[in-house]
Amino acid sequence: MKFFLFIFLTAILTNNFILSKFLGICPFLGVSKKTGTAVGMSAAVIFVMALATAVTYPINKYILVKYDMVYLQTIVFILVIAALVQFIETFLKKYVKALYNALGIYLPLITTNCAVLGVVVLNVTENYNFGQSIVNSIGAGIGFMVAMVMFSGVRERLEGNDIPKLLQGLPITLVAASLTACSFLGFTGLVEGMLKI
Amino acid sequence: MAKEKKMNIGKEFSKGIISDNPVFRLVLGTCPSLAVSTSLENALGMGIAASFVLICSNVVISALRKVIPDKVRIPAFIVVIATFVSIVQMVVQAFAPALNDALGIYLPLIVVNCILLGRAEAYASKNPVFYSAIDGLGMGFGFTIAIALMAIVREIFGAGTLTLKLLGKGILLDFNPYIARVGLEPILIFILAPGGFFVFGILMALFNKIAESKGKQKAELGCAGCPMSKTCASCETNNDKKVEVASK
Repeated sequence: MKFFLFIFLTAILTNNFILSKFLGICPFLGVSKKTGTAVGMSAAVIFVMALATAVTYPINKYILVKYDMVYLQTIVFILVIAALVQFIETFLKKYVKALYNALGIYLPLITTNCAVLGVVVLNVTENYNFGQSIVNSIGAGIGFMVAMVMFSGVRERLEGNDIPKLLQGLPITLVAASLTACSFLGFTGLVEGMLKI
Repeated sequence: MAKEKKMNIGKEFSKGIISDNPVFRLVLGTCPSLAVSTSLENALGMGIAASFVLICSNVVISALRKVIPDKVRIPAFIVVIATFVSIVQMVVQAFAPALNDALGIYLPLIVVNCILLGRAEAYASKNPVFYSAIDGLGMGFGFTIAIALMAIVREIFGAGTLTLKLLGKGILLDFNPYIARVGLEPILIFILAPGGFFVFGILMALFNKIAESKGKQKAELGCAGCPMSKTCASCETNNDKKVEVASK
């Protein structure tokens, strides 16, 4: 139980996917202009991350590892994620219209989001079992959401400011991201200390 | 005619370096450039690996551009790219295990590097094989330069060293004694995550400045380079805005 909590909190705070692992920077910079869209995008990411982990874990363990085809991992994982995203989109469009309207428009962006493939590859390299993988991917997704929402607040504040012409636009956004990442450095060692591992 | 072709080749190659630099101007492939640029050796390894995949996938996709049906082109591109990434992974694991450990999960993640899918969609699927190869070469070179530049700044400021190495061979320049003589220390935060964002922002501002002096537009995280722009609803609004700006 302690280990689950450890994985979960580490994924959210100390090893935050965006701010310390640099995964999913494109949506972080592109979709974080408004808090509403940031929440929608990250909800879609959490959903896809958990599902992708649940689907790729058995494929990896019972097909790729069993038949000694580990070298196909990258191809299989990305194809599974692409197919999964397509499937979710079609399914939501047909049966859960409300959810589709909220998350649907972000789904095509998620296929090429490195955070999703990243969490799947990470679960394999860290040798997590099924439960740990799921906890890790949900934690990573929530960490993604925390960073996105926090940063969208920063960006909304940034909007009306008087910024030197050279830095206007993306450069100042990146400098702001740097300061946001600084705040997450404060969590270093927090989880280990809290759970006494 | 021959002269015109020659000029084109030079242009296709050199556009990737400054004016259309994939990292600083098109804002593609940001994740690996931030993550791997903690040392020059890793950055060069990453740059070369990605360039190899980029050239190969551009050639194959361009050769198959009339065979691949339009509707399934994105999955088809992903399969081609993933194949070459797997090849690179196996080669690196076999011949450069240290680089493999250093790059970690970012090596398989070349698959989702937007530069690859972006160039496949924007260039290779519309142009002949030879030009696609040149485009891949130029873009790969631009990516390597960008990521190496970030690594140089971050390594010198953050660790006080510069690893002029490739595959473990070469020399390590250590500036720490000189820095200590002035009574200073390396600024550790530059090799940590915040330093990555900061250096990226400042270098992007510089590249914007250079490109601006050549009369080019400012870099924006637009949908132009994004391979998903046609299917993505959040881009449609952006595209509309761009059309408005263009018509003005």
